[in-house]
Amino acid sequence: MGILEVKNVNKRFGGLQALGDVNLSVAENTCHAIIGPNGAGKSTLLNCLVGKLIPDTGSVMFDGQSVLGRSPHEINQMGISRVFQTPEIFGELSVMENMMIPCFARRDGAFRMHAYKDAGAERDIIDRAESVLEDLNMIDKREMTASSMSRGDKRRLEIAMCLAQEPRLLLLDEPTAGMARADTNNTIDLLKRIKAERDITIAIIEHDMHVVFSLADRITVLAQGTPLVEDTPDKIKGHPKVREAYLGEAA
Amino acid sequence: MFGLNPKDARLLIIVAIMVVAAPVLLNPFPEGSNLAQFNAGYPDLMQRFVIFGIFAIGFNILFGLTGYLSFGHAAFLGIGSYAAIWMMKLLTMNIIPGIIVSVIVAGVFSLAVGWISLRRSGIYFSILTLAFAQMCYSLAYSVLTPITGGETGLQPKVNDPRILDAATNDGVVPKTNLFGLEMTSSTEIVMGGWVFTLNAGYYVAALVMLISFYISIRIFRSPFGVMLRAVKSNQQRMNYTGLNPKPYTLAAFVISGMYAGLAGGLMVAMDTQAGADRMFWTASGEVVLMTILGGVGTLIGPVLGAGAIKYMENILSKINKDILHQWFALLPDGLEDVIVALIYPFVGKGWHLTLGLLFMLVVIFLPGGLVEGGQRIAALFKRKRKPEDARSGKSTEPAE
Repeated sequence: MGILEVKNVNKRFGGLQALGDVNLSVAENTCHAIIGPNGAGKSTLLNCLVGKLIPDTGSVMFDGQSVLGRSPHEINQMGISRVFQTPEIFGELSVMENMMIPCFARRDGAFRMHAYKDAGAERDIIDRAESVLEDLNMIDKREMTASSMSRGDKRRLEIAMCLAQEPRLLLLDEPTAGMARADTNNTIDLLKRIKAERDITIAIIEHDMHVVFSLADRITVLAQGTPLVEDTPDKIKGHPKVREAYLGEAA
Repeated sequence: MFGLNPKDARLLIIVAIMVVAAPVLLNPFPEGSNLAQFNAGYPDLMQRFVIFGIFAIGFNILFGLTGYLSFGHAAFLGIGSYAAIWMMKLLTMNIIPGIIVSVIVAGVFSLAVGWISLRRSGIYFSILTLAFAQMCYSLAYSVLTPITGGETGLQPKVNDPRILDAATNDGVVPKTNLFGLEMTSSTEIVMGGWVFTLNAGYYVAALVMLISFYISIRIFRSPFGVMLRAVKSNQQRMNYTGLNPKPYTLAAFVISGMYAGLAGGLMVAMDTQAGADRMFWTASGEVVLMTILGGVGTLIGPVLGAGAIKYMENILSKINKDILHQWFALLPDGLEDVIVALIYPFVGKGWHLTLGLLFMLVVIFLPGGLVEGGQRIAALFKRKRKPEDARSGKSTEPAE
């Protein structure tokens, strides 16, 4: 039984069957990649996991609890953090403030009216934020305004914000989309290190096969809203059905 | 100091000194001189400075931090005024119950309005708040006349119950007071040609303003304040970080509504009348102007903006044609007429034109408001000073 269990999920947008009978099981402390051509339903599936969309039928269980019908912040509080395709950070705030917010969320829950305290005197929050920044080699950028950083650093910050919450499941939506090669390799190294050093399950959606094959323990191939095949990276590489549907005949 | 970092503590102390010394600072010109009409150090106007300062400080907590632009905050100010005046009619002319109740009533109303309006964001939120404020205005003006006095508004009357006050038989409405200290009582200090008026009401309002300002600094620097800025920056990220933006925004809305109620209550304490005009949409727009003019999201900006607008409203609007002719009397006749004709549209009843021009200039050239202007001037001085320091071998401490 995996930490994330998706059973018979269907989602229809008007006449389009975006997801058809999707079954997926992500084992704890592994990295599970979901690949597939454009329009295969990868993002729809991800949105069903985090509460942005509600599937028409089926169930999504995280750690034995259903996530369906919960709002995104409730699902996050269950232990699922999400990294977006374009980094979603608090652009106007400093890097340190960006880091403090998830630390507050982890300590105080979805809402707490702590208007009488001084944010600069919350030692435990600051220590936690700094330790994650140090771990990700970003401590020298702590006073920078988040929006002024490079794309790669924004991605790194977003991952740092997710890690500060110590999630049990980290969802990555094309984390290297639109990145330069060097930034992509840095991100891969970072994710590899996170995987090795932390008790964390990673589910990743990605186009870049280089990224997928360097990270994933298991791969699910999605085509036209249905899982085509699920296996280890080595097997997927040579699978004729996958070559045909996804990698193209030329591959 | 008071749990503030040194920079904020210094700002608070500077503001406190300015506020205490305002009756002197705002009266730089000797009585009877030509320039005396630019003096703003009379109680009425100084009270308005600090009361609208409170209004704008509160508005800035919503607009400056969360970015939600409410176009209906005058409603809470008006509701606060009515609540305060009813306390004065029913309970006592002591201002304390009136002010407390005005804050509470405005808080309850803003909770209801915010609850509904915050279902939408952006322009729809602004329109919803505007609709609520205009409904409040219309109700106060017509249907609710028994409570609000309709067109004539409300004033304390001789035969009001005032159950906590001792009966008065002299047929005069008692004045508002703070445990006996009448708000209208003033001491005049004459120094040479200068006359400085120290007014009890002003100092009471100023003290409340300083407390409000202190609370707003604390909110800005608190974890709650960080969350409000997160609401403005990226609600999507907030949601996916396990935070619910809704209660944060609603809390900011209620706090700013309570500030507006406090301002309304103080207005009544200083000048015992309340009318529906206070809730009209132009009054809601005015506080938006004040905040933007001073600097959205800055601590001191709203206070400066409130001061600037109230100064123009009260001083520029008093300059009439005769005064202009008097100023330019030394010029040749033809030239004098031309200059007066050129300036006249911008003063007197045309002061809105000056305000509009100033507002345009600020928005285009100083998006950070008067505060940004101040910072640029300060930076200019710093740059000028640096070469000299380098020559003399001194190093300057950064002005933090």
